[in-house]
Amino acid sequence: MGDASVEHSHGHHMDPAVEYSSSKLGMWLFLGTEILLFGGLFAAYAIFRAKYPEMFFEQHVELNKKMGAVNTCILIFSSLTMAMGVSAIQRGKQKATAILILITILCGLGFGVVKYFEYSAKFHHHIYPDTSIFFSLYFLMTGLHMLHVFVGLAILSVLFVLTLKGKFNAKYSTPVEVGGLYWHLVDLIWIYLFPLLYLIG
Amino acid sequence: MSTHSHTDRNHITGNKTYVIVWAALMVMTAVTVYVSYINFGILNIVIALVVASIKASIVALYFMHLKFEDSITWVFALFPLSLLALLIGMTITDTFTRTIVP
Repeated sequence: MGDASVEHSHGHHMDPAVEYSSSKLGMWLFLGTEILLFGGLFAAYAIFRAKYPEMFFEQHVELNKKMGAVNTCILIFSSLTMAMGVSAIQRGKQKATAILILITILCGLGFGVVKYFEYSAKFHHHIYPDTSIFFSLYFLMTGLHMLHVFVGLAILSVLFVLTLKGKFNAKYSTPVEVGGLYWHLVDLIWIYLFPLLYLIG
Repeated sequence: MSTHSHTDRNHITGNKTYVIVWAALMVMTAVTVYVSYINFGILNIVIALVVASIKASIVALYFMHLKFEDSITWVFALFPLSLLALLIGMTITDTFTRTIVP
């Protein structure tokens, strides 16, 4: 490794250790921008909830607590399988990694199905983003989150195929780890969305 | 390793730890849902946010491996939170200290 890492002029190959840590650092930086993207909506939520507490309380009753809770459990479980998948590939277990990523994907799809039924029920009751400020925020926040679930699913699908092809192993697991970080962020955002939207006391 | 880094590359979290973390997250989710049915007034939102923040912290520390990362990763992870606090704090302050409407 010593020789290869000294000769930087031979192309874009970096020291694997440096490449590994900078990839992860880059992902953390990106996650920071994601938090601030949602942050704008959280700021709007804070203002309008403080201004119209009664309206938020009355309107949130329309949301289905049970479906929200089920989706919370699904996402937390998917974070568990993703984390276990990362550990599995770090131990070189490709098959276990592929299975764990697949379970994570299925959980993400399950989340989408539940959300589809929720949105359908809202539309059925003629509740749309222009119904109120609460529902405007509800559809925007959960919609932006749903978009992240879709992006996460795309990333996980690529990781799944590449794992099956044997591209990752105990020595090289960076994409699985970095993709995993992104998926955990999706869970992390939902951890706040669930109580803020569904569980207004 | 040619580059010395504080990142513990070799640390692999065991599945047992992950399952414990998952169980803790599930218990806290149950607590938040349960508490939402009881009227504590202003405390409801406080409890909800505190529990959510504990959950988010353990997701970051264990699932996202932050506990085993070097200090620069911690800076990258925490600095956006201070910006977020600034964003929400200043917007709230502005909104509620205006004498002229809007």
